[in-house]
Amino acid sequence: MGFLTLQSLSKAFGDFTAVRDVDLSVAQGEFVSLLGPSGCGKTTTLQMIAGLVEPTSGTITLDGRDITHEKPNRRGLGIVFQSYALFPHMTVAQNVAFGLEMRKIGKAERERRVKEILGLVHLAPLAERYPRQLSGGQRQRVAIARALVIEPPVLLLDEPLSNLDAKLREEMQFELRRIQRSVGTTTIMVTHDQAEALSISDRVVVMEQGRMTQIDAPYRLYERPATAFISSFVGKMNRIDAVWRGGRAEAAGLALPAEAASLSEGAAAQVAVRPEKIVLGAPGQGLVDGTVSSRFFLGSYWLFNVETPVGTVIVSLPNHGAEPVAEGATVSLRWEPESAAVIAAGAVA
Amino acid sequence: MKSRALTPWLLVSPATLLFLGLVVLPLILTVILSFHVYDHSTGIKDGFTVEHYVRVLTDDYYLTIFWRTLRLAALTTLICVLIGAPEAYVLSRMGDPWRSIFLLVIIGPLLVSVVVRAFGWSMLLGSTGLVNQTLRALGLDPVRLLYTETAIVIALVHVMLPFMVIPVWTALQKLDPMVEAAALTLGASPFTALRRVVLPQVSLGMLSGSLIVFGLSASAFAIPGLLGGRRLKMAATLVYDEYMSELNWPLGAAIAIIVLAANLIIMLGYNRLVETRARRALG
Repeated sequence: MGFLTLQSLSKAFGDFTAVRDVDLSVAQGEFVSLLGPSGCGKTTTLQMIAGLVEPTSGTITLDGRDITHEKPNRRGLGIVFQSYALFPHMTVAQNVAFGLEMRKIGKAERERRVKEILGLVHLAPLAERYPRQLSGGQRQRVAIARALVIEPPVLLLDEPLSNLDAKLREEMQFELRRIQRSVGTTTIMVTHDQAEALSISDRVVVMEQGRMTQIDAPYRLYERPATAFISSFVGKMNRIDAVWRGGRAEAAGLALPAEAASLSEGAAAQVAVRPEKIVLGAPGQGLVDGTVSSRFFLGSYWLFNVETPVGTVIVSLPNHGAEPVAEGATVSLRWEPESAAVIAAGAVA
Repeated sequence: MKSRALTPWLLVSPATLLFLGLVVLPLILTVILSFHVYDHSTGIKDGFTVEHYVRVLTDDYYLTIFWRTLRLAALTTLICVLIGAPEAYVLSRMGDPWRSIFLLVIIGPLLVSVVVRAFGWSMLLGSTGLVNQTLRALGLDPVRLLYTETAIVIALVHVMLPFMVIPVWTALQKLDPMVEAAALTLGASPFTALRRVVLPQVSLGMLSGSLIVFGLSASAFAIPGLLGGRRLKMAATLVYDEYMSELNWPLGAAIAIIVLAANLIIMLGYNRLVETRARRALG
């Protein structure tokens, strides 16, 4: 039994089922991300936990207490909205103090706690500013401080970083993790950005069309995606069309190394292999030869598109400071059987 | 270079001419007229006098009418805020077909002439009107409504309400709906969220609404004219009477100028008071 438990939670809007039989158990202090494309039901799930959307069926339990039908102002959860939803007519300090005021906490105590939390999010010097005078990253930290100051049992984050530019987003990912670690609040974050989910969560929940399809630690999700959808959504993935023959995946007359699978003879299959698991070699030295059709320099690594008899294969190579193979060069590709998985082609989500 | 410098002036000239011709010029003529000497037997005569201003500002008769104008306009504004602001909030929370329908219901009165609406009210409020018929049918004593201040305020509120609802509604449209949700999740009751979070943010809408309502009410002519009767005069009907019945145009002009000045002072003062406070917080 987790600290926060969702049991067969569903939400239907008319004929449309946004969330279907979601079961999730979150331990105290855990950082869990709900990951999925827009419209997969992740925000609806978050809003049901927050109490802003009434579930059609199922239960939500918090610390052994059934909160399924409790009003949002009685749940005491901290929520950071996508738009931050700061009170524009109040200063940073007033924004943060609002939740404490509603809890009828005395002025001295209130000021002390506001000061403390603003220190934690590095905003102490800006306490008297209004939200419109702050940058996006600062507003975001005000929203986090406002949600955390009430010492909520659970912190809910709705796409907290999506309004920030790329560089700031990366900084705020670390910042968010740091704050969460130092406060120790159980946190649930909704995001459509797989990199964000992988980098800061203890566990990632993938949602597709209102259902949860995989709940796993980030590295396991990346290495062992449960569905074809997850394999392509989380990180880059080569999917080579093959046929299952004699206990092996064959493509263009070649047997592709892959982990064992049990498919029926002659079934269409796909061999899934991550770009960074493929090793480039001299022509004729590997499994299959190909031509580098294009290459992209991405700073810390290079990305190659290699045309081979089994199709276009993406290969990534760390940047070692030297110029790698040129466009138009012939190379060979090779990978270990344990780094490739065979997926039945019919299982494509 | 020269023609380029001229272009902006040419572009604003139609509006400027319109403004000069239709607002500034008549206003200047009115000011000049208000300082003319008037004689009952010979009419308007050349000659400068401040007699009309002194008379208006010292005679109880005029002061009573000014005071009534101010009082009724303020009361109308207050009632419009009390009805219009919640109305706009309800409107902003409505679903789509209903929102359009009710918006039309609110704006609808503007499509009918003020005179027609005033006659409509006089039929409803008259001694044998619908209101008194209903009271009689219920066995209650009839009330005198027509030609009272109550009738004027009722009709003014009816006419002015859209001018309050629309600015408040516009302000509500700009509001992030999640801000109210944020207040709820922080432990505020729905009423507290409304008072502490929504209301301050629409205060500028309420300010512009009340400025329009006050200005239009203080200078309303048809409604006090038709529902106030001969005795319950307001500023605009007073000016009309001076011009058309007394034929004392300079006195009428003086009253008009005083009403204009008073209106300006009140509205600017009110705007200053509320806006500086709201602007500081809302930016």
